[in-house]
Amino acid sequence: MTDITADAAGGSAPAPAKRSRLGRIVRRHPMMVAGGVILVTMAVVAAAAPLLAPHDPIELNVVDRLRPPDEDYLLGTDAYGRDMLSRMLYGARVSLIVGLAVALLSTVLGLLIGVIAGYYRLADAILMRIMDGLMAIPGILLAIALMALTRASIEVVILAITIPEVPRVVRLVRAVVLSIREQTYVQAAIAIGTRFPRLMLKHILPNTVAPLVVQATYIFAHAVLVEAYLSFLGVGTPPEIPSWGNIIAEGRLYVQIAFWQVLFPGLALAVMVLSINVLGDGLRDMLDPKMSRRS
Amino acid sequence: MSTPENLAPGVVPPLLDVRDLVKHFPIRRGLFGTPAAKVHAVDGISLSIAAGETLGLVGESGCGKSTAGKVILRLIEPTSGSIRLEGRDITTFGDGDMRSVRREMQVVFQDPYSSLNPRMRAGEIVGEPFINYGMGNAGEREDKVASLFRRVGLRPEQMARYPHEFSGGQRQRLGIARALALGPKLIIGDEPVSALDVSVQAQVINLLMDLQAEFGLSYLFIAHDLAVVEHISHRVAVMYLGKIVEVAPKRALFGAPQHPYTEALLASVPLPKPGMRRARQTLKGDVPSPIAPPSGCRFHTRCPYAIPRCSQEEPLLHKVGEGHDVACHLR
Repeated sequence: MTDITADAAGGSAPAPAKRSRLGRIVRRHPMMVAGGVILVTMAVVAAAAPLLAPHDPIELNVVDRLRPPDEDYLLGTDAYGRDMLSRMLYGARVSLIVGLAVALLSTVLGLLIGVIAGYYRLADAILMRIMDGLMAIPGILLAIALMALTRASIEVVILAITIPEVPRVVRLVRAVVLSIREQTYVQAAIAIGTRFPRLMLKHILPNTVAPLVVQATYIFAHAVLVEAYLSFLGVGTPPEIPSWGNIIAEGRLYVQIAFWQVLFPGLALAVMVLSINVLGDGLRDMLDPKMSRRS
Repeated sequence: MSTPENLAPGVVPPLLDVRDLVKHFPIRRGLFGTPAAKVHAVDGISLSIAAGETLGLVGESGCGKSTAGKVILRLIEPTSGSIRLEGRDITTFGDGDMRSVRREMQVVFQDPYSSLNPRMRAGEIVGEPFINYGMGNAGEREDKVASLFRRVGLRPEQMARYPHEFSGGQRQRLGIARALALGPKLIIGDEPVSALDVSVQAQVINLLMDLQAEFGLSYLFIAHDLAVVEHISHRVAVMYLGKIVEVAPKRALFGAPQHPYTEALLASVPLPKPGMRRARQTLKGDVPSPIAPPSGCRFHTRCPYAIPRCSQEEPLLHKVGEGHDVACHLR
């Protein structure tokens, strides 16, 4: 009797799964796949910037200043005659590096702190109050303070954006750990003598992966935007490194006679953030069993 | 104070000896989390189990029987009292000492769905105890897991499957195999069959009884289903609002219950034949709150025989027959 039930359950499940898993994802989540494709394309283009860029992004060429888009300069030039397309290709690198670094760094730090807060009651009380304090610091003020204390660099930008993001991850991880540690299978694992590291790695952390991946994409998108704000305000990426934010900031002065300096980096920024957010939404729906059953 | 001293035959010290076990859960309120009240989940219970014996622990939902099981396993820290396993007081053992004790005391949980990690394969789940105690290499562990699978009525080929690919009864067999892995002397069953279909319940109970005969296991069998408890237990303890009100050998408890609460519990068991009737004595009212349990005898608010003394003085367990203790002023 037991065999019948087992075979019935086991026999029906794998058949549809084998029929092109990728095809099914594309059909079910077309927006997510589109977002992913755009993002990957941008990343490839950014990585290949030295090969693709038609001009040196920081080469001054006063004769060609403020040229509108034409066959020589596809996206025009800025007030110093620098090629916009080349600058934007290099700028994409800054956005992606900062976004990725912030997403990774805040996830790792948030995971570590969140696990400790979720597991140890005393640490929880202390850590969470510190996190509440960190969340109260406006990111822009922190960036300005850090820039004032040190030299402007991409590392400082990453740090300035990461610090206010960490508490969000901590809260998420802590909530998951708190709910999972009450699960019977965690109690069972303790009862069979499972030590803390294994308990964490095998029983608790695997359950945090799905929400963390989704959260990381949102942090990525947010970090790209914040980097642009900070650079626009002059407290982000130093002006000698082209980034979309500082390209827009420089172009702002000439926007009435040279719209392309603001329009193209602005559009690129919007497309990148949108594609990351769409990817994140798709991942959330795909990884949440309740949502995926409905769609 | 009187305790269930009368064990199954012999004078060997009991395998498990629990004295005056208390677990209060504080209810914290306000800015600094000052305890405003406490839930009297387990309020001074004593019990003992001899080697090879099954003690059934019964009571309504919320009477503290599951909490008692978890405190004995030290999955929850006791508020006070002592837990002795083979004469060793394990009440204050640290994590390291507890790990060595856990080999002798295992647990099977009620819900066969939540008690298995959904992300681990069946073979990994049953083999995890061996990894934890560094027993054998990968090949030896797999052999041991395979023989455990066979012993609980599963096929070793099923080791590669995930928990969701098993039925409820099979999952509970996995839980039992995991509990057996370390060769324990005592298994605490926290309502191990309550979540199963009746036909599957019988299979699992028979498996538990076969394993007891084969390995000389002792069980603390926590349940609310009296028919199941009657079948598997040697002795039965009845719990009400955190206290044991009656403990007796199975036959005495089911044949001649002494405590009014036990009587009421037995009267609530449905009779197997249609048309059969019993002088039904239903309990009035709800179980009082364990946050503020009634004074004196905790059952006096619902007891049909209550006298004034019952609300003032707490009855202690006292002997009324061979191995039969009851906490009631009237007996």
